[in-house]
Amino acid sequence: MAPAVAVLVVWMLVPLLMTIYFSLINYNLLQPGEHSFAAWDNYLYFVTDPDFFPAVWQTLVFLSTVILFTVVPGILLGLLVNEPFPGRSIVRVLLISPFFVMPTVNALLWKHMMMNPVYGVLASVWKFFGLTPVDWLTDVPLLSIIIMVSWQWLPFACLIFMTALQSLDREQIEAARMDRASGVQRFYYLILPHLARPIAVVIMIEMIFLLSVFAEISITTSGGPGNESTNLTYLVYKQALVNFDVGVGSAGALFAVILANIVSVFLIRVVGKNLD
Amino acid sequence: MSYSRKKLGKWLRALSAWVLAALLFFPLAWLFLTAFKTELQAIADPPLVAFAPTLENFAEVQVRSNYLLYARNSLITSVASTLLGLALALSAAYSMAFFPTRRTRGILMWMLSTKMMPAVGALVPLYVIAQKTGLLDSLTLLTLVFTLINLPIIVWMIYSALKDIPHEILEAARMDGAKLWGEFRNVVLPLTRGGIASTGLLCLVLSWNEAFWSLNLTSARAGTLAALIASYSNPEGLFWAKLSAASLIAIAPIMVFGWFSQKQLIQGMTFGAVK
Repeated sequence: MAPAVAVLVVWMLVPLLMTIYFSLINYNLLQPGEHSFAAWDNYLYFVTDPDFFPAVWQTLVFLSTVILFTVVPGILLGLLVNEPFPGRSIVRVLLISPFFVMPTVNALLWKHMMMNPVYGVLASVWKFFGLTPVDWLTDVPLLSIIIMVSWQWLPFACLIFMTALQSLDREQIEAARMDRASGVQRFYYLILPHLARPIAVVIMIEMIFLLSVFAEISITTSGGPGNESTNLTYLVYKQALVNFDVGVGSAGALFAVILANIVSVFLIRVVGKNLD
Repeated sequence: MSYSRKKLGKWLRALSAWVLAALLFFPLAWLFLTAFKTELQAIADPPLVAFAPTLENFAEVQVRSNYLLYARNSLITSVASTLLGLALALSAAYSMAFFPTRRTRGILMWMLSTKMMPAVGALVPLYVIAQKTGLLDSLTLLTLVFTLINLPIIVWMIYSALKDIPHEILEAARMDGAKLWGEFRNVVLPLTRGGIASTGLLCLVLSWNEAFWSLNLTSARAGTLAALIASYSNPEGLFWAKLSAASLIAIAPIMVFGWFSQKQLIQGMTFGAVK
């Protein structure tokens, strides 16, 4: 097992140690040679940046909204296609397809063909109902990105719930039906407890992937207008590769690492049970 | 509940499932249609559904941006990183599954935790290293990065595939005097072929669609399809049909792969927590 473990150790430790080191020195790619010790300056600079709190806030809003938009409809869709019906396999394929779309295609497809305020499909729908089309990416940039990302991750949630529902005890449900348990009661007392673990897994996997959403923002709004759709990942990227300030970017990256670690502690607990 | 009411409910459920699936799939269907339109038809108002299809856009995508170069880069990096990852992971998972020690569990959990490190945390150092070593915008660097980000998933999936092999079979093979390599090739490999194949499939999908690293570490030389499509974000005149054509050929192969590997995809992405 040595080689795999060794490369992963290197992959984990080297960047992390370098990030910590960079975060403590003055390091700008435009000013070569100057690497003086900066103590906490980079952290202070990053935290007092007027974009910092909006970015953290938007990261959290984005995260919770996408989770809401994917888990709830995901369960309902999963239940809907759980029983056999004509064309079920085709419906399944249609449902999960958006998950295989690469993020850059997703972003451009929505930015142009769906959300363009003049020629987009959504604009046509709005006009059909006699409404004024919305300029999505300018007026509601964060919501627009939430829609794109939810469209991609709803299939993931749905697919997991479909898989989990297959192992639901049918006889139990039948027995409950015989005992005149209503649909709501059956859902609340039998199905929901069965889905508790898959729901936890979906939420945590999505948290890990959504904390670092990048392409969808970079391609559509570049974090704007202003900072309205900037998240933590995008802010770090901006400091490090747009402003070339490696020191400040590294300090920001450590915030992202800490945030992700808080999430991962819980995930590791849930998944760890599977090892025994 | 009467029989006919039950039947009606069933049909209503099927109908709503069909409608919702069609709605979710609609953006992709639209992408598909637009790829075969002329640029003027692509922005027609109201949107055109019936038209004479053209293949012009596909040819133009190749001329405008050398599509084949990016497709080659995507293919090389995803296949190479998958093979490299499988080679590294097979030996690791093999010893963990069949010769577990007290630390095996800890190592597996730790591997999972490396997946939690946000990419942006490693971006700055990796960028600086790549710049200093001249590996920026190279296929080698991208392949290595893809291998590393997928390695924990590969080890976990192969580990669970190996774990499913009944111990008695291995015992029997050893009794018959099989050596380690022989045991591996003649017993373990045939039994886990399905697991290894689906792991590989999953890795192909993940690498092909990877966007964070390919956007930040490559440009004209080692760019993958994900990066090529990003270059369409700055409009140059009418370009929706060309964008659609490029997108369609970028996602089509991997979507077909994805349809076949959906089950493994779920198992891999959830580290086996949902089967």
